[in-house]
Amino acid sequence: MTLRSALLSLAVLALPLLQACTLEPVQPWDRDLLAEDKMQLVPDPVENFIDEHIYFSKEGASGGQGIGGGGCGCN
Amino acid sequence: MQLNDKASIRRALAAATCTLLGSASQASHAEGSDEKWRVDTSVLYYSEQDRVTVVEPVVFLRKATGEDSFINFRLIYDTMSGASANGATATNTAQTFTSPSGTSTYTTPANQTPLHKFTDQRIALAVEWDKPYDRLSRTIYGINASTENDYRSIGASATRLRDYNDKLTTLTLGFSGSYENVMPIGGAPVPMQLMSTIVAPPPGGGGEDDGGGESGKTKLVADAIVGITQVLTRRTLTQLNYSLGYSTGYLTDPYKVVSVVDTTGATVDYRFESRPDTRLRQSLYWKTAYHFDHDVVHFSYRYFWDDWGIRAHTVDLHYRMELWKGIYLQPHMRYGTQSAASFYTHSLLDTGPLPAYASADYRLGELTTTSYGLKLGIPVGRSSEINLRVESITQSGNGHPADAIGIQQNYDLFPTINSTVAQITYTGRF
Repeated sequence: MTLRSALLSLAVLALPLLQACTLEPVQPWDRDLLAEDKMQLVPDPVENFIDEHIYFSKEGASGGQGIGGGGCGCN
Repeated sequence: MQLNDKASIRRALAAATCTLLGSASQASHAEGSDEKWRVDTSVLYYSEQDRVTVVEPVVFLRKATGEDSFINFRLIYDTMSGASANGATATNTAQTFTSPSGTSTYTTPANQTPLHKFTDQRIALAVEWDKPYDRLSRTIYGINASTENDYRSIGASATRLRDYNDKLTTLTLGFSGSYENVMPIGGAPVPMQLMSTIVAPPPGGGGEDDGGGESGKTKLVADAIVGITQVLTRRTLTQLNYSLGYSTGYLTDPYKVVSVVDTTGATVDYRFESRPDTRLRQSLYWKTAYHFDHDVVHFSYRYFWDDWGIRAHTVDLHYRMELWKGIYLQPHMRYGTQSAASFYTHSLLDTGPLPAYASADYRLGELTTTSYGLKLGIPVGRSSEINLRVESITQSGNGHPADAIGIQQNYDLFPTINSTVAQITYTGRF
């Protein structure tokens, strides 16, 4: 992937975020659904951690969600 | 959920602005942020058909230490046994492999894909301090360490999250670094060395099969992430991350070899694999969560690329279906496809030029991974839960590449790997 195509991908992925600027701001009293556990970006931390670990050991690609996961000799 | 008190509003505000970094950093922002303790205990069973089996108990512990301040502990214990592919391809004769120190051998029968048997244990511990920095930002500091029979790692991370736009937007900046020590059982091979040139040590001369010592190799890994999390609507939360990672040092897998074949495709020798001693990794990661009236869907896409030539696309979908009284069913689908590293090869021709780097590790090859899973969650009491999940993972590649020669064409040079995951988790809040 060239730098240009990477930047293009970034721009395309960022479109929803830019679009958000034109949306009606979500007021604090309307954030009830967002506050639910199941609406967190990672609702189940252990499952997410384990899946990251499994795929780190099985594929050439890894990461993206966060940092500081710890090292492993599995890959 | 009704916002009928100040605590609920604070929780909602916090939840709406949360950003994931690491696996536990966001949990405090959810419904239970008034809890003093959160405990996640889990046991994972992972099994690759005819290959490795892993049993892994996990404990995550989160303790509130003050107003919006937390300390997280993670403890993971792995036991691994079985075998993994050593990179050599199946052929029409039995194959014997010698460790780099010359002190041990193992043999694979004819017509079978060579597997290297092993057992290992791994203990990993991580601690994170998650606390407000000022009115609009918070910091997370973490340290982690792990040890295996042949591997050690120690690392640290620091992350800053800052809210903007009435807490509808959160920007994230994080760094991490780790120092890792590889102590191959059987010694660290000389890259690209022909296995036939290994000289066994004299009797009583000692070997290196216990790992460590002079054969120990090191590597450094540094990662950085920048991200934005945005509340789009009352029902939609989205996140975009860019990650940059750099590894330097011993990046070769000491247990992997590459078959050396003659012009008939018959295996005549093996070379220990060789990888570059640096790797630059980048990824773009996009995740969105959407709340229907009751159900919730999470979708993510990652584009990964590195300077080894790997390009990977990964999509992941979880759909949580609310059934009855908090019981839910959650199907999961994940699909990943990657191109091969530039130095990946299924074998080397004995009369061909000797490349600087070569690996037959299937994880560096052109690869497709497809996963299907199902999770059942059952609430326990007011705010705890037990869940069970099973997953099926299939990894496949091109078993009959166009450049296979002679008798290689009779064999599957990229056997499909089927794996099963089963996990039970208890989450308690106190």
